[in-house]
Amino acid sequence: MKFINLIRLAIKALQRNKLRALLTMLGIIIGVASVITMMSIGEGSKQSINASLASMGSNMITIMPYSNEPGGARMMGSSLKTLTIKDVDALKKNAVNIAEISPLASSSGQSINGAANWPTSIQGVSPEYLDIRKLSVKEGIIFSEQDVRSSAKVCLLGKTVVDNLFPNGEDPIGKIIRFGKIPFQVIGVLTPKGTSNFGQDQDDIIIAPYTTVQKRILSSIYFGQIYASATSEAASDAAVAEITSILRETHRLRDAEDNDFQVRTQAELMTMMNSTSSMMTALLTAVASISLVIGGIGIMNIMYVSVTERTREIGLRMSIGARGIDILLQFLIEAIVISVTGGVIGVILGISAALIVPASLNWPTVISEFSIVISFLVCAITGIFFGYYPALKASKLDPIEALRYE
Amino acid sequence: MSNKILQIENVKREFKMGTETVRALKGVSFDVDSGEFLTIMGSSGSGKTTLLNMLGCLDKPTEGTYMLDNVNVKELTRDELAKLRNHKIGFVFQSYNLLPRTSALENVELPLLYNPTIGTKERTERAIAALQAVKLDGRFDHMPNQLSGGQQQRVAIARALVNEPVMILADEATGNLDTRTSYEIMSLMQELNQNGKTIVFVTHEPDIAAFSTRTVMLRDGKVQKDSMNKHIRWAKEALASLPATDDY
Repeated sequence: MKFINLIRLAIKALQRNKLRALLTMLGIIIGVASVITMMSIGEGSKQSINASLASMGSNMITIMPYSNEPGGARMMGSSLKTLTIKDVDALKKNAVNIAEISPLASSSGQSINGAANWPTSIQGVSPEYLDIRKLSVKEGIIFSEQDVRSSAKVCLLGKTVVDNLFPNGEDPIGKIIRFGKIPFQVIGVLTPKGTSNFGQDQDDIIIAPYTTVQKRILSSIYFGQIYASATSEAASDAAVAEITSILRETHRLRDAEDNDFQVRTQAELMTMMNSTSSMMTALLTAVASISLVIGGIGIMNIMYVSVTERTREIGLRMSIGARGIDILLQFLIEAIVISVTGGVIGVILGISAALIVPASLNWPTVISEFSIVISFLVCAITGIFFGYYPALKASKLDPIEALRYE
Repeated sequence: MSNKILQIENVKREFKMGTETVRALKGVSFDVDSGEFLTIMGSSGSGKTTLLNMLGCLDKPTEGTYMLDNVNVKELTRDELAKLRNHKIGFVFQSYNLLPRTSALENVELPLLYNPTIGTKERTERAIAALQAVKLDGRFDHMPNQLSGGQQQRVAIARALVNEPVMILADEATGNLDTRTSYEIMSLMQELNQNGKTIVFVTHEPDIAAFSTRTVMLRDGKVQKDSMNKHIRWAKEALASLPATDDY
């Protein structure tokens, strides 16, 4: 029998039992729809993590104090005292793969403007910090090298701080606020960045020269972190190696000694975050795939019923000239039509779900063509795999027996 | 080329039922010429059904030769048998065996679907011609459940005719029908026979056998009697002689 006739035949057979066909498809529909939805949620979260990491600067390098002393009480990295301005200067002078560098000395405390006050953190940095972290000044100016040298009491405010200290909408530029007991003159306001992917309000900061924070607030010569940017994303790894060797030198570490600092690139962070999200995606997809298999078993079940029900029809077809292969193809194509139709409906539902999820649950989703192609192929294969045995059974029937079947 | 459609020579068929061997046909021989209207009669257990399956190429003899239109059936594979059935035999069954929820026209087209040399257009044309030959004009789109028993059987006959077989093989084709409708079907059969179709009709009703040109009686797996019918009854006349009160 010609292929087109087989497809026509299959569609006709399914139309005769619409409800049953639909119920049979249901497993496949749910399976495909959930695979596509899950994969699009996974892909969406991956891309949003990448985007937010890139917005922090994709070639950013973070240097943190680190101790690997065995025994004794281990301390949090940021409270260790290993990074000083000497390190920053040495890096500035010797590292060729670094474009910009800024130390960071931060302190949290209360910011006050008249009656308004707000708990926030002050970050003591050098002017390059803004470039490295992809921050920009919306109004006013950034402090100068001169301000850094003189430990000037000037600061820039993030939007959240502005909103809380100047609730009436006055212009904060030129005003004097206090951080703890220290008065600061506001010289600029930062462009809002919004909430980071980790739920952190990136606008809840005050930026000031690191010297000011070190001397007037922390009374310390150490930095919690040093930020640097590699000359390019590709140079990140070279920069890390360079930073490590320079810092080992300035820290006078012997060969056997471990680093008392650690260097992280944004790319590493990206890989780490993505591995978590990939694992989740794989897990969700696996669960969804199980429903696809169950859908396939449903098809097999119904095809067996259908073959038994239509034994006489099979006998008749054989007696008027259908070969085994004709009968096999007839039932196989019927199974494939069920699974592929279910697949199409599933794809439509899955795409709709992937479009609704961001609106209702606020999760980002990205529909990948890959997931559609894959689930479609899986459908066709499911149809062939689970439809084959019932079809084979049908094709092996003895026409004499089949014709007399009651 | 002989004009013998069927040549059956010492055909035996045995079935193995566990350890026992059931011998359904114990050496049957007869030939059928082109244009004959043969009835095969016999009580149940006489091997009638086994012989029918054999003639219909649904089964192969254990021993002996069966030549259908000069083709030795015994040497054919399953698929070749299917092809042979498609090209040379038109089946008519007792229970019609029409596909449910499928129009009369599509039912008649069915054998042609398995013949890849026939295109869509020719298929429809031939199906229409076959339905017209069995006087079912204007019933093309009727489903089997919208047709009477006699009409359903006529659709089945049209289906048997559509592939232009060398032989029509009917299995108790009137078994489910009342007398009048049976006569109508037999009248149709006689008409087809007169137009040159070879018909082999299996029945257990002597009444029906009287319409044929020749009768083979089977008994206990052997041919008991093979006789030409000297007084062929004409179904048309028989129909006319039925009492009018038997009207539908």
